[in-house]
Amino acid sequence: MNFYNEMYDANGGVRAHYKEYEDWLKATPPERIERKRAEADLAFHRVGITFAVYGEEAGKERLIPFDIIPRVIPSAEWKALQSGLRQRVKALNMFLWDVYHDQEILKAGVIPAEQVLNNAQYRAVMQGVDVPGGIYAHITGVDIVRAGEGEFYVLEDNLRVPSGVSYMLEDRKMMMRLFPELFAKHKVAPVQHYPDMLLEKLRAVAPKGVTDPTVVVLTPGAYNSAYFEHTFLAQQMGVELVEGRDLFVKDEVVYMRTTQGPQRVDVIYRRLDDDFMDPTVFRADSSLGVPGIIRAYQAGNVTLANAVGTGVADDKSIYPYVPDMIRFYLGEEPKLNNVPTYMCRKKDDLAYVLDHLPELVVKEVHGAGGYGMLVGPASTKEQIEHFRQLLIAKPDGYIAQPTLALSNCPTFVEEGIAPRHLDLRPFVLSSGECVNMAPGGLTRVALTKGSLVVNSSQGGGTKDTWVLED
Amino acid sequence: MLSRTADHLFWMSRYIERAENLARLLDVTWQMSLVPQSEEAANQSWNAIIALNSLDEAFAKKYATVNGENVLKFMVSDPDNFSSIHSCLRLARENAHAVRGTLTTEMWETLNATWLEAKEKSFEQLLGAGVGDYFEWVKMRSSLSRGTTLGTLLQDEAFHFIRLGTLLERADNTARILDVKYHVLRSHGDEGATDFYEWGALLRSVSAFEVYRKVYRDVITPDRVAELLILNKDMPRSLHFCLNSVIKVLDLIANRQSGETARQAGLLHAQLHYGRIEDILAHGLHEWLTDFMDRIYLLGDGISKDFLVPMAEAA
Repeated sequence: MNFYNEMYDANGGVRAHYKEYEDWLKATPPERIERKRAEADLAFHRVGITFAVYGEEAGKERLIPFDIIPRVIPSAEWKALQSGLRQRVKALNMFLWDVYHDQEILKAGVIPAEQVLNNAQYRAVMQGVDVPGGIYAHITGVDIVRAGEGEFYVLEDNLRVPSGVSYMLEDRKMMMRLFPELFAKHKVAPVQHYPDMLLEKLRAVAPKGVTDPTVVVLTPGAYNSAYFEHTFLAQQMGVELVEGRDLFVKDEVVYMRTTQGPQRVDVIYRRLDDDFMDPTVFRADSSLGVPGIIRAYQAGNVTLANAVGTGVADDKSIYPYVPDMIRFYLGEEPKLNNVPTYMCRKKDDLAYVLDHLPELVVKEVHGAGGYGMLVGPASTKEQIEHFRQLLIAKPDGYIAQPTLALSNCPTFVEEGIAPRHLDLRPFVLSSGECVNMAPGGLTRVALTKGSLVVNSSQGGGTKDTWVLED
Repeated sequence: MLSRTADHLFWMSRYIERAENLARLLDVTWQMSLVPQSEEAANQSWNAIIALNSLDEAFAKKYATVNGENVLKFMVSDPDNFSSIHSCLRLARENAHAVRGTLTTEMWETLNATWLEAKEKSFEQLLGAGVGDYFEWVKMRSSLSRGTTLGTLLQDEAFHFIRLGTLLERADNTARILDVKYHVLRSHGDEGATDFYEWGALLRSVSAFEVYRKVYRDVITPDRVAELLILNKDMPRSLHFCLNSVIKVLDLIANRQSGETARQAGLLHAQLHYGRIEDILAHGLHEWLTDFMDRIYLLGDGISKDFLVPMAEAA
């Protein structure tokens, strides 16, 4: 397969937007680069920018590898991406409102009703609840990959509790600290105002009648893999970081326990999955949530961001319908591509998938984080056979997609600088009519040679993402 | 401020202070053990440390005999002993981690780096380099964390709860050090050079050697040492000083239900403020200190109920 290289064109020439950087890289002594890389490592450790890994020793923290070669996106390309993202996220929010109200899209037969209503992520408790501003996904992390010149695909929409934005911000801070001279040479669009934007959005969706809302960030706790990010965002926004046990509900109003007595809470940026939010409604064994919070939410006395039940729109079995949603709600053609997807619950699709396993990527419908997936071309015969059995046993649990020729970018690895595959996760913020985002997003890079899986839980690293201004 | 946040801050500072005072106590015991004495007397001092922390059973499970090396190993770097310096530094860091958004970057980095460094030090390495150096290191890290707190943190409720944790822990720990050492030394009964070095070591363990000279300008006597550590209002590690600050902090953070705790703190403070060392010694120093530690414990309990883990959910 031929891969698109972000820095070099097919003839080995440097792409225009990487010219300055490449000159600098060539002119900088390797010892200096090496020293800077060590410095970055040390700084990340000392600041404690780490994440916990599921399945490893409890409480164990790992560093996400940071690569000092930035991913550069020219202005025109970003503008196109941005307008596609706005369109997509707007349609997704309209879809969620529709699903939890009149279900026009189901009545019109655009999406099979049972696909939505029987979906494990569909939350009946949300039916008829009017969320402020009609917004369900206040924060969306859209995973995008590039296959060729101007050819971008959306891999998935993360509408529940997308994480990673703190790495976007810390990576930028680190690059500016290590190589200030590069920022003098490039017009890199700033991203540091993201927490301000986020706070503004959260305040904008306060319950009716609340003029000066108390906003909090709700975390599952210090052992969560994204705990660093939860503390980071709470601190950057200047709001309290709470756990479920810090909150309680009385007369359908949410309060937090403070040293000066109970204090009312109006907007909760929750980083806790639906299932754990309220043991009286969802999983009864959850000790992370707040009993009664869903009643308070339904009564409109508190806003949850993101809303409950957004999973019904980012589920991999719904993903293939997003282009149709855009056409249905906005009457526009989708600006961003979807990856062609085989739905294994369909007989013909399943047959095709079983015949072509070695060339396809198979994903669990409800999977996330790069767990439980098969990358055909990179797998052994045994792994492929294993998935064949899984597919036959439970076809509606899987989708399959052609293996995309993910673009790559020069990256520091053990043997020196070598191309590694990457993706991009912009963080899209919505409130009312207004949808915006910090330029760029988080670039994740697969550090293993040939690997197409960029998730940090699978050993992926990150790069600073530069959107160049004109 | 969130009650849970206050709880973490309170315990974070208690554990740092505990690690520091433990280092001080072990340091003075170590130094005293270097003065020529019978093996029995030496082991008695080491045993007192175990007894003081009510760790007899836990210690006996892992070690056959009470001696300097075993007690040091147990109290310095045994991860199974939740009262060891190692564990205190870990717990301080864990509490800080849970509220790192409330701390300044400097505070967090200090505690995190302390733990990362402590974790790497094996007991054999410590012993090889001299435990004295290690105790100095612990004291310096504690000072550093106090310094970054004072120098960088907004003096709001977070600051008050951190201060409160430090003061309660220190009052308890100074009382403990005095209790265990006063009796060991008093029972020796001899006067002269040995005595001078031992009382000197005790004073140094609470950084009060030069202070003693300044305050009394006279030879070191046990009663004056007790007076300095209990009643002097200006010595930062004395009981009086700690309670002086405790009542001020309690006043700053008072809420609707904290009245009784403030009253108890006030009573205890009054005893120190108006107390005389003659009366305390006549009462029996050990009894007096035991009562003091009990009341500090109750004070901590009251603070916990009033502010940190409030039970009442009435809105």
